[in-house]
Amino acid sequence: MVTATADHEELVYQRPEALSDIHTHYCPGCTHGTAHRIVAEVIDELGIQERTILVASVGCSVFAYNYFEVDSCEAAHGRAPAMATGIKRIQPDKIVFTYQGDGDLASIGMAEVIHAAGRGENITTIFINNAIYGMTGGQMAPTSLLGQKTTSSPFGRDAKLAGFPMRMAELLANLPGTAYSVRRSLHDARHVIQAKKAIRLAFETQLAGLGYSLVELLSSCPTNWGMTPAEALAWVEKEMIDHYPLGDYKVADELKTQARRGRK
Amino acid sequence: MPKQLLKGNVAIAEAAIRAGCEAYFGYPITPQTELLEHMSKRMIELDRVFLQAESEVAAINMVYGAAAAGARAMTSSSSPGISLMQEGFSYIAGSEVPVVIVDVMRGGPGLGNIQPSQGDYNQVTKTAGHGDFHPIVLAPSTIQEAMDLTVLAFDLADKYRTLVIMVADGAIGQMMEPAELPPMRPVREKPPDWALTGAAGREKNINTSIHMDAESLEAFNQRLQQKLSLIQENEIRYEELFLNDAQLVIVAFGTAARIAQSAIKRLRDEGLPVGLFRPISLWPFPERQLADLVARKAKGKPLVRSFLVVEMNAGQMLHDVRKAVGTQIPVKFLGRMGGVVPMPDEIEEQARTLLALFREPKKHLLQESGNGHRNR
Repeated sequence: MVTATADHEELVYQRPEALSDIHTHYCPGCTHGTAHRIVAEVIDELGIQERTILVASVGCSVFAYNYFEVDSCEAAHGRAPAMATGIKRIQPDKIVFTYQGDGDLASIGMAEVIHAAGRGENITTIFINNAIYGMTGGQMAPTSLLGQKTTSSPFGRDAKLAGFPMRMAELLANLPGTAYSVRRSLHDARHVIQAKKAIRLAFETQLAGLGYSLVELLSSCPTNWGMTPAEALAWVEKEMIDHYPLGDYKVADELKTQARRGRK
Repeated sequence: MPKQLLKGNVAIAEAAIRAGCEAYFGYPITPQTELLEHMSKRMIELDRVFLQAESEVAAINMVYGAAAAGARAMTSSSSPGISLMQEGFSYIAGSEVPVVIVDVMRGGPGLGNIQPSQGDYNQVTKTAGHGDFHPIVLAPSTIQEAMDLTVLAFDLADKYRTLVIMVADGAIGQMMEPAELPPMRPVREKPPDWALTGAAGREKNINTSIHMDAESLEAFNQRLQQKLSLIQENEIRYEELFLNDAQLVIVAFGTAARIAQSAIKRLRDEGLPVGLFRPISLWPFPERQLADLVARKAKGKPLVRSFLVVEMNAGQMLHDVRKAVGTQIPVKFLGRMGGVVPMPDEIEEQARTLLALFREPKKHLLQESGNGHRNR
């Protein structure tokens, strides 16, 4: 966003219109703020603020409706894709997106997200994967890594006891109704820029009416991981990406030209 | 429009369409599945929204979304599916969106069976979900009434921005009888102001049930309670039959009331003073109207000598009747469970026993009338 302000000044960076001018409740160093900002930038760039509807979920992003300047609602835990389905079916010309964490989407809401994708529901999901339950204070999530210590896996996640971490972007990519399913990371500036391009493409998938779109964002939770913000970002890069490879798992043919352009 | 032979589930679905239902989301479950099937055809024909959800949990949340987006939306299910929907009921109450739910009740607990039952009375009237709220609950006893109450359910849902549950049972859902379809209304042209339609040229709308601050949540709850009080003042519905001189008042709703009516007509043919009080709104419950019956006097003495509550459960509405009428007049109970429908004969026999007591109160008769759950 570049706005001329005075003769020799150029405003090169400001709060996106779609992002509310208030403080968030997120912890210092949490990447929710980054994710919110790039989603809001995409909404601005696509000029869809006045026809976008957010379905917030349960978890740390429960108050997301306070932070986006769009019509919003707050679904029950895991049910955001079902609620979004109801909204989109009634208002097919609106841009409907869910913003869900890993406990919400990959645990309690697994059925709702798989079936929304399976139906090719023309909605977009921003999926925050930080490998932990943040809001309730750091319990094991379905996405927690093997060996990861949490308040409910104090000896480290043991596959014999608690199974294996879920790879959602790959899983949902298997469904014919999914038009776009990718994983990106928010651990440094370069990856944030790539994440934003993917979010833009996900919204464009919906604008083109191609079906379900999802962007999984590897995110940090310094508070519940017991790390400094810098250590947490390093942990995303060193530990999480190993198990959750970044990449495009499904890109509908209609999107491939744009996707190539987006990667450059 | 002339009467036609209609099956209960189909009649309810068609009445909903005619009431202006714009969106239906549901999941197959006996004995309500014909309702979903009728919707799957007619809603698509009319270019409205129909979707078979992956579960009742998803169905109610799709209804929640559609209603939040300004549509007249509904779902239907039967008892086990209603249990799954209860999470959604609470959110819908907490975020004040108008929704219509039809529960074609079957035998429980658990999977139970697919026979008619009234076992969900407490579930829908008292424990529809976590937190302090009640849905409006309507109970038809004929197919005509099921259609009329379906139309009313949409109007009440909109009027109070609340959820309305119509409870039929397997008998009403499955049987056929002549009835007149309601007129076709146009669907609503414009969504309500509070709906999520995209914030074009206005402030954003937020639909949520969360209030983290205790004072603010209490303030919301106080407002919700005021709304429920208003519903209690305005939306009591019931039917009285032969109550002018009735000494025995049978209290029953839905199919049980219909069967009781057969027994009452036989007894009335013999000139016996028995009548029917049939709650149509189960919440709000016609508590004052029942209490008024207790106050009726004949020659200085109470006219009503006994109440007999008849239900297809273990005695759920019974507690509301007892609360309404107090301890001055005995309240007896006859109930069948597990999908067993009471026969007019057994209601008649029970009524005769009680009526005989009024004439010659003998102790041994009182003792004989106690046989387990059927006669508390």
